[in-house]
Amino acid sequence: MAPPTSTILNAQAVGRTLRRMAEELVELFDGTDDLILVGIQRRGVQLADRLAHLIESIEGAKVPRGALDITLYRDDLQTVGPRPVVGKTELPWAIDGKRLVIVDDVLYTGRTIRAALDELADFGRPARIALAVLVDRGGRELPIHADIVGKQTDVPPGSRVDVQVQELDGVDAVLLVGAETG
Amino acid sequence: MSVAPIGKDLLGLEHLSAEQIQLILDTAGPFKDVSLRAIKKVPTLRGMTIVNLFFEASTRTRISFEFAEKRLSADTVNVATSGSSVQKGETLVDTARNLEAMKIDMVVIRHGASGAPKFLAERIASNVINAGDGTHEHPTQGLLDMLTLRDRWGSLAGRRVCICGDVLHSRVARSNIWGLKKMGAEVAVCGPRSLLPNAIDQLGVHVFSRIEEAIEWAEALNILRLQLERMQGGYIPSLREYNRVFGVTRERLERAPRDVIVMHPGPMNRGVEIDSDVADGPHSVILDQVTNGVAIRMAVLYLLAGGRPELADAAKGS
Amino acid sequence: MTTPASLPVVLLRGGRVLDPSSGLDTVGDVLLRDGKIEHAGASLGEVRRDGDLMEIDCRGQVISPGFVDVHCHLREPGREDVETIATGARAAAAGGFTAVCAMPNTDPVTDNQAAVGFIIRQAQRADAARVYPIGAISVGQKGEALAEFGEMIGAGAVAVSDDGKPVASAQLMRTALEYARAFGVPVADHCEEPTLAAGGAMNEGIVSARLGLKGIPDEAEEIMVIRDILLSRRTGGHVHLCHMSTKGSVELIRWGKERGIKVTAEVCPHHISLTEDSVEGYNTNAKMNPPLRTAADVEALQQAVKDGTIDLVATDHAPHHYDEKEREFADAPNGIVGLETALAVLVTHLVRPGIIDYPTLVEKMSCAPARVFGLQGGNLRRGSVADVTVFDPSREWIVEPKEFLTKGRNSPYNGMRLQGRTLCTIVGGRVVYQRVI
Repeated sequence: MAPPTSTILNAQAVGRTLRRMAEELVELFDGTDDLILVGIQRRGVQLADRLAHLIESIEGAKVPRGALDITLYRDDLQTVGPRPVVGKTELPWAIDGKRLVIVDDVLYTGRTIRAALDELADFGRPARIALAVLVDRGGRELPIHADIVGKQTDVPPGSRVDVQVQELDGVDAVLLVGAETG
Repeated sequence: MSVAPIGKDLLGLEHLSAEQIQLILDTAGPFKDVSLRAIKKVPTLRGMTIVNLFFEASTRTRISFEFAEKRLSADTVNVATSGSSVQKGETLVDTARNLEAMKIDMVVIRHGASGAPKFLAERIASNVINAGDGTHEHPTQGLLDMLTLRDRWGSLAGRRVCICGDVLHSRVARSNIWGLKKMGAEVAVCGPRSLLPNAIDQLGVHVFSRIEEAIEWAEALNILRLQLERMQGGYIPSLREYNRVFGVTRERLERAPRDVIVMHPGPMNRGVEIDSDVADGPHSVILDQVTNGVAIRMAVLYLLAGGRPELADAAKGS
Repeated sequence: MTTPASLPVVLLRGGRVLDPSSGLDTVGDVLLRDGKIEHAGASLGEVRRDGDLMEIDCRGQVISPGFVDVHCHLREPGREDVETIATGARAAAAGGFTAVCAMPNTDPVTDNQAAVGFIIRQAQRADAARVYPIGAISVGQKGEALAEFGEMIGAGAVAVSDDGKPVASAQLMRTALEYARAFGVPVADHCEEPTLAAGGAMNEGIVSARLGLKGIPDEAEEIMVIRDILLSRRTGGHVHLCHMSTKGSVELIRWGKERGIKVTAEVCPHHISLTEDSVEGYNTNAKMNPPLRTAADVEALQQAVKDGTIDLVATDHAPHHYDEKEREFADAPNGIVGLETALAVLVTHLVRPGIIDYPTLVEKMSCAPARVFGLQGGNLRRGSVADVTVFDPSREWIVEPKEFLTKGRNSPYNGMRLQGRTLCTIVGGRVVYQRVI
């Protein structure tokens, strides 16, 4: 039986939220100098792309983008099975001294971001790393917080927040998928 | 996201599916990138212990595995023993039990006896990776050869690959035959009949007796090392004659109707099965093979390590 | 053995009494008195009771002359940790064998009369199946100087063989065939051309190519088969070809027999029931020499048993310590145990599919081996020695090596369900084995 699903953000709301996040980003960093957006595989990459385009339309400046796959830095590899597919990590820019924004779809336990920070440290020493997420669903297990949040919502454990993006899913949406009822 | 697992051990390619081989090749891509970073190391296998158990001399394969293990942050121990365990006085089953008692996570084994890795795998809970057993299989070599060709071609389907030389005694040949065929390539072998298995036709490959015909047919040649002791064994009359009749030379390659990719699993006998100007020439992808070897081994280690499904439930959520 | 005077009278009641040597096949009784067969055939009704009478209900079972195995390895002297004459003789009895012939490849080799005498004494102590020694062809089985056939046969040897090793020298084989004629014993040869077979671990073919194991080609056997047949033609000596494994060998033997050449041949139960596929997974319990061959070979050998080209079935029982088989395939020793599974393998793989009938099975396991090797037994004629086997042809059982009486556990049939089981084995009128049901 399919679990109950409800919509947190529809396509228009996602668009509005991203625009607001782009403005906040520019404000937070006081411009786009030395700024790099790093999306986390997979949907964080598409969100980083969107934000970069939005920032370009606001500021008229191109923002470099990278992609980060944190699979090899996960702290639960000993227990997950079968093995997760490893995606591509692409950081075509030297990150030393730069101002990085990690972009992800959902912030939950914080473990993905912990892994991302470890991975970035292997690539260099940025001047600053910030975090932007489309949805913060609460339930943190590590002392990590987002600098820019699209939508704050408390979701009980057992439920899931699914972010869909046009590029991969054909539609922009944020869905709440309830606990499996079996 | 979950994918088809490749099982507890990697013993050979004969019993892997095309889907599983595809997964290993795909997984090798990101690991190739790791080796290009300034810090060539990821914490993936931190805390895991891997024993490299080499009952046969090997430099290349052992170093390649060691790099792969270290770049994944595993702790490694090398056990090299010349000659067989029988000569050493300890049986393989005792070796296996001792390893098990030391609580290791994985064993990479090279052994002169065909089937030794399987023997070990059936007796210990650790993952076992075959790094070459007798004249049976050398699966990671087969995989890295396929990755090298796939990098060039995009896909192996419909491509023509000829394995040249001492197929009879070659574990590399067997792994390549199984792997390439599963991925849809056409496979041929070429060499003196005294160095081909009698039942070679039943393996579903083309057989060429003349190297010129093989070169005319093939899009890639995988040139096997001619074990020098084969001459003493009476399989061929002399290395000189072997080179003249079966050697891959520049003259022969230049007569090919197309550009032929040249591979060699190493170490090479220059001037015997392969001429230097071929090995060092534009057709050669021999060094790409070496680079890909580390990535393939990282991918295999990653895919086999951990993944205790019984603990997966406890680890749900992200 | 116990003196006949103390023996009870044994009455086997109501079984299918089979003696192909005299064409007997009837439901009836067999009566054994004073170590001899007194009656075999029609039901007897009341039997004179002087002294002890042991009556065994054999309804639904087959009463046959005791099985005779002309080829087994009992390992004593030298490897008593693996098998002794006593444990081998008891395993034989449990398999329905009333007599077995022990190959001489022990340590030291059975190549002189003292060694022959030792085996005979040990066999008497064992008090189970009879054990007949086979003497070596060459001193120390080295393939050089002829052993003393005359003295060995005088001491009780029933044949000569260098089994375990081939007789590489054609000249030595020729001499052995000539010399053995004076004593009327067969020269049993392990047919293997040593340079072709060198280093081989299994049949040469697609499976060996896949597993990366060095193969032994059919021709390694067949070259020696035809050599031996031609030497028999030249010398008039009786050559007995051990453990035939290929279709080609069958054709060569047929060729020899058609020409009246004095050649006899045996096949092992495993070569008429299993193929090289059993080696898959590097199963060392499927490693023996000659190796398991292909389905076409198995079929040809089965037909050869049926049409008489193959004279008899012998086990080549070859126990090994479990440690020795628990290792890399190429390093594991050749051979499997066979005494306790032979009957069931034949029933399951030859009788049940309708290839041979029970009289033929008894011919191949009892009459023919006794006749070819000139041994007593192998028939139920009045006055013959009371070596008798009772078996249940329909009983199914699962092979569980730890239940074997042999010390060996190396069986490729481990865990398989087979049909046909010995219930009672009688040697010289004495019950030496009776299965507890």
